[in-house]
Amino acid sequence: MAQFKGTDNYVASRELEVAVNASVALQRPLLVKGEPGTGKTVLAHEIAKALGYPLIEWHIKSTTKAQQGLYEYDAVSRLRDGQLGDPRVHDIANYIVRGKLWDAFEADAPVVLLIDEIDKADIEFPNDLLLELDRMQFFVYETRKTVAAKHRPVVIITSNNEKELPDAFLRRCFFHYIRFPDRETMEMIVRAHYPDIRQDLLREALNVFFDIRQVNELKKKPATSELLDWLKLLTIEDMPAEALRSSDAKTAIPPLYGALLKNEQDVHLFERLAFLARRRGG
Amino acid sequence: MFAPFILALRAAGVPASITEYLALLRAMKEGVAGFSVDDFYHLSRAALVKDERHLDRFDRVFGEIFKGLESPQGEAPRELPTEWLRKIAEKTLTPEEMKQIEALGGFDALMETLKKRLEEQKGRHQGGSKWIGTAGTSPFGAYGYNPEGVRIGQEESRHRRAAKVWDQRTFRDLDEDEALSSRNMKVALRRLRRFARTGAATELDIPGTIGATAKNGGSLDLHMVPERHNAVKVLLLMDIGGSMDDHIRICQELFTAARSEFKHLEFWYFHNCPYERVWRTNRRRKETERPMMEVMRTYGPDWRLVFVGDATMGPYEIIQPGGSVEHWNEESGEVWMNRLTRHFRKAAWLNPIDQQHWRYTQSISIMQRLMENRMHPLTLAGLESMARELAR
Repeated sequence: MAQFKGTDNYVASRELEVAVNASVALQRPLLVKGEPGTGKTVLAHEIAKALGYPLIEWHIKSTTKAQQGLYEYDAVSRLRDGQLGDPRVHDIANYIVRGKLWDAFEADAPVVLLIDEIDKADIEFPNDLLLELDRMQFFVYETRKTVAAKHRPVVIITSNNEKELPDAFLRRCFFHYIRFPDRETMEMIVRAHYPDIRQDLLREALNVFFDIRQVNELKKKPATSELLDWLKLLTIEDMPAEALRSSDAKTAIPPLYGALLKNEQDVHLFERLAFLARRRGG
Repeated sequence: MFAPFILALRAAGVPASITEYLALLRAMKEGVAGFSVDDFYHLSRAALVKDERHLDRFDRVFGEIFKGLESPQGEAPRELPTEWLRKIAEKTLTPEEMKQIEALGGFDALMETLKKRLEEQKGRHQGGSKWIGTAGTSPFGAYGYNPEGVRIGQEESRHRRAAKVWDQRTFRDLDEDEALSSRNMKVALRRLRRFARTGAATELDIPGTIGATAKNGGSLDLHMVPERHNAVKVLLLMDIGGSMDDHIRICQELFTAARSEFKHLEFWYFHNCPYERVWRTNRRRKETERPMMEVMRTYGPDWRLVFVGDATMGPYEIIQPGGSVEHWNEESGEVWMNRLTRHFRKAAWLNPIDQQHWRYTQSISIMQRLMENRMHPLTLAGLESMARELAR
């Protein structure tokens, strides 16, 4: 059986490995939740890479319907062809457009199917996919054909918690909550991405980063992806580590803060904190 | 095999089902977990818990059920070395206090008791509350010993490692009765959604068009429908100032969430108890004031009325005419409350105060009676029960 382990680019905790392996072994979907920016989507890419399977991505939007993942019947072009007298019109199969799930089911080798941000869609969306994900097959009414999975795909589902998922759906999944990494794990994650970052810069940057996350009033706390962006900027600018040292979250705004703070209210908050600290100090 | 575990989980409010239990057993059989307790913990968590709000409860139950289940080597039960305890004492006690201790039967005797206490604290069922609760009366509390034991952990990181993963209870923040953010609130408020198609027909009705076209013998016949939107109307009356200052943050979060969730949201402020006047902006109160009667005339009974307030005041502020602390009110708050609940049949009160403390405040009980028991705590669970009730 294929086993999932963290890769060079992705640091996986033991609990994550267990959850992924359980869902691969039992061929059940794995539901991944966590703070935005903690690497939910990247996880699917890494699982695909680790197992050596191709990845099929299905990004969900608020308008996505479950049916679109299976197939769509393009009635409008059939109507147009009918009015133009195109001979294609006689075979309804010409107007069936395959969805991502169909692609994943019909693939010749096992694949990883990512259903990204399932909570964006309508509340009923997960319910509409229950049977399809359980049996890994569905029925095409127009052509009276059943599409069944040749190999059950590894299904990874991510959610940002904007909507609650139905119990019946949850019962069929394994669940993993990506916790915010602690300092040691964070250091490993950064090293995985930027192997030759300067040690002093990294240390100071992590100090600033975890200080900022301590400030409770923030609307959006910076997460892993923000830290990685920020470090990249710092390395490009060739920022000396000393520049960060004075900037304890309480006394000043960190350099290039735009990568960390994504909300003008948060920036104002920091300016105010900095002002207060200066007044107290001077 | 693990039936008691599942039953304990269900008793603790983690909705684990037979399907999930079977999945866990199958995964065990497939050898996913290997032979380590930690792996089993991770696996059972992935299989049985489907909501991060339940992770903390799961950790507690796991600790309870599998107590004493550690591998023989490695994670051995920790000893409490005496130097450790001595160090705490030296760090926290002043020389005069040390002398007092001598009077109490000597340092060693005291250390013995302290050691016992520390062991007790480790036990799950105590939950640590004993330490905080009795800090004032126990000999250690009086001398300023830090009951959380954090200092011990920081001194010797080796010992902190030894703590079992589930005993760390890192998910406590996610339990649903605790933290609230505007995002969580939005999710809870979504239960109040009522979709309806009203207004101008702006969207192409594809099934309708296809049906009509087919009926028409193939020549196009376009049909339009109005856009779908949330038709729920919410009137928010918020208590402001005075005792509500402690709850400003949570009220802001609620306000943000409600603002983005409901298209029809109106809000007014009152102080302590609603009387004949409400206002829109607290800073320009006089200019934005409006008689309550006018508010009731403006918003029909189809609006859902939500009060937000701690309902903590003198009882006379509700039941006596002229009881208001700010002005002379001709009619008592009780009369106004009855008027409001009669006009708005769907009403609820959200109270930011912990539900456990409600019964100690008389005015809350009075308000609860006036609201016909429709007062909910301002927690996620409370919001959900409110939304469910209002959506009916």
